[in-house]
Amino acid sequence: MTMPPPDPSRRTFMQGLAGAAALTSTALPVHSARSASEPAYSPTFFTPAEWAFVHAACDRLIPQDAVGPGAIALGVPEFIDRQMATPYAFGKSWYMQAPFVQGPANLGYQLPYAPRDIYRKGIAGAAAFVQAKYGKAFQDLDAATRDSILTGFETGDTLFGDLPAKVFFAQLLGNTMEGAFSDPSHGGNKGLGGWTTIGFPGARADFMDWVDQYGKPYPLGTVSISGETA
Amino acid sequence: MASIKMKPVDAVVIGGGWAGSILAKELTEAGQTVVMLERGADRSTASDGAYPGSIDELEGNFRHKIFQNLSKTSVTIRNSSDQTALPYRQMAAFLPGEGVGGAGLHWSGVHFRMPPDDLILRTKVKEKYGEKFIPEGMNLQDYGVTYDDLEPFFDKAEKVFGTSGEAYTVNGQVVGKGNVFAPSRSDHFPLPALKDVYGANMFRKAAEEVGFHPYAMPAANASAQYTNPYGVQMGPCNFCGYCSGYACYMYSKASPNVNILPALRPDPNFELRTEAHVLRVELDGTKTRATGVTYLDRNGNDVFQPAELVIVSAFQFHNVHLMLLSGIGKPYDPVANEGVVGRNFVYQNVTTTTAWFDKSVYTNQFIGTGGGGVAFDDFNSENFDHGPLGFIGGSPVWVNQAGIKGIAAAKIGGPPGTPHWGSAWKKAMVDTYQHSVRMDAHGTNMAYRDVYLDLDPTWKDAYGMPMLRMTFDWKDNDIRMNRYVVSQIAKVTKAMGARDVHLGQRQPGEHFDTRFYQTTHLAGGAVMGDDPKTSALNRYLQSWDVSNVFVIGANAFPQGTGYNPTGMVAALAYWSAHHIRTTYLKNPGPLVQL
Repeated sequence: MTMPPPDPSRRTFMQGLAGAAALTSTALPVHSARSASEPAYSPTFFTPAEWAFVHAACDRLIPQDAVGPGAIALGVPEFIDRQMATPYAFGKSWYMQAPFVQGPANLGYQLPYAPRDIYRKGIAGAAAFVQAKYGKAFQDLDAATRDSILTGFETGDTLFGDLPAKVFFAQLLGNTMEGAFSDPSHGGNKGLGGWTTIGFPGARADFMDWVDQYGKPYPLGTVSISGETA
Repeated sequence: MASIKMKPVDAVVIGGGWAGSILAKELTEAGQTVVMLERGADRSTASDGAYPGSIDELEGNFRHKIFQNLSKTSVTIRNSSDQTALPYRQMAAFLPGEGVGGAGLHWSGVHFRMPPDDLILRTKVKEKYGEKFIPEGMNLQDYGVTYDDLEPFFDKAEKVFGTSGEAYTVNGQVVGKGNVFAPSRSDHFPLPALKDVYGANMFRKAAEEVGFHPYAMPAANASAQYTNPYGVQMGPCNFCGYCSGYACYMYSKASPNVNILPALRPDPNFELRTEAHVLRVELDGTKTRATGVTYLDRNGNDVFQPAELVIVSAFQFHNVHLMLLSGIGKPYDPVANEGVVGRNFVYQNVTTTTAWFDKSVYTNQFIGTGGGGVAFDDFNSENFDHGPLGFIGGSPVWVNQAGIKGIAAAKIGGPPGTPHWGSAWKKAMVDTYQHSVRMDAHGTNMAYRDVYLDLDPTWKDAYGMPMLRMTFDWKDNDIRMNRYVVSQIAKVTKAMGARDVHLGQRQPGEHFDTRFYQTTHLAGGAVMGDDPKTSALNRYLQSWDVSNVFVIGANAFPQGTGYNPTGMVAALAYWSAHHIRTTYLKNPGPLVQL
């Protein structure tokens, strides 16, 4: 990377990077990301019971394993909670005019619920379903049982009132992936662990000198929009 | 809210995308006073493309920051006339733009000229295979213009866009290694072709090896520093991978915002009004003349802007919607098979094939440029014999690596059959993300009698207007075309030495599914042609019925084409503007006499 930076704002940014890189080179290997001194995130949308459910579900959607960090270490629940305060979660970018008529699946989503409603109704429905079937809260079940419950929601015909479990599951899975692999400024992808796992260099966004380095791994590490490196 | 009448102007332009910006530029050059009405926000690279904040995949590709906000207006969709169409409530299958630049700000940059045979497809098919070759219910038509008519305007658009590419022939002489099937050009591309990314290079070599004719895709992503004829500058593309869904922070991807508006904004004859939502084009008592347009301004005032000339240049289906709401042209009736507005609505028929390589081979899919790549046209347009195959249409095939980022990688996951979550998903994603090549069959969709646009009887937009209704499904001819072309890709992936391949093919009887992104290349619905019984617009994109209204956009395509639409839209915009400037303004009235 010997090319001159193209403009002053980028130069400043790259200088920031150099400093950050120097820091991490002496730091302990980042695995899970969240440093011990960082205070635990306190949700503003989810109730304590919902929060426990979200943790227990995200933990199975992206488990911590030999391949890389899981959704909890990556801060996915925090990401989802923070998203619930954005216009998206209120359905502000969806067409939400009545009437709401159900039709064939391939004509798309037709419920009157914005993401906030889907979580509220979905978690309540899922918790009640699990309690009735297992006599326990979802978060108190072992990993294999949680996996089989989630698979049932993903592929089965369970309804939580008028909300199909499938819709709730798709919302949770979509947001979980977004949280694990989006820029850490949104609250997830802590320590850039999601990007590091797959080898996505994040906000590097300058590959002029690697376009024709055919077949070789990209040599530089991941960087966030704020200049954090891993 | 108040009702306001503005001072009359020569021309009002509806929509601030490529078509509107080109028309506004041409009309102000001709000395016309022009007001451009854009319903979205003002946008520029400085505000919407500032690095590094703008390269945020969540905001760009998943929260659709610079796209249409569906909460105000959307469409309804059904597969067939006997169904109830339901609202398109969330952005999925297609992603229209909003705000200054329109879809021209968030596009990728693929910039083609239309194949000459596609412009005269009905004539060509009849001549080669006989009229009986055209399936029952297919509305196959000619455009009413030829490649020779449009060539100067393709050339002009490429120079404005700073398009990178390699020619095959210029003025009939072979000059380079470009597309052997491409028509001769009057000049070279303004910039040399972009470099091949690795996956595209593998594809190029393999396609050559099996006897196809690969070429560098023409891209409005600048391969070098460039100053266009309007004096505005572009910087060289650095393959950052943030084209589609973003305002290019490098000033490398052509957009109305970068390539035209800097020259237009200071013109005293030009005024841009943003957050101005046009409700209808107003007609006089005879319904043959427009008097101006009515719009809602950002404060909710009802504003009438009188104008001598009305340019309808919003996105394809918004143009059709506006014509229906305004009573311009006869609405299409599929039962009687009469009327033209809404007729010949088409899409693009795209499927994606993936090849996976050993983990020692790094394809670095995050490196990308939106318009670049390597394609072959051996199965596009009339470049191959359709006689024994029994279908009409074709597909270019390409590796067009625009940059696959983190969230997209997670949603793609592993090969088909692997779970979408859990440890198995994670391992499959990690094993494949850096070692895959994706390629598209980017095919045609023909026009059919029972595929059309009209007004929905139930759902209304935020302004109380009936929303547009799409009746659309995949048809057997197009499914068979896709399956044939994709079967040819197997030869290439084999020669590439892929460890595993998934051929993305349409399935017989498959229905259009609104839930998954396909492409925003919607077309037709208010098409150009020589016969007012089968076209809403004449060959100059002038309404047959209201001669001071010109409707510019992909709405004018009588049927789908294998290429991306923007190059053709820009050429048609310059073509129409040229005839407005040289003929219409001197003697306003119909440019084609029947």
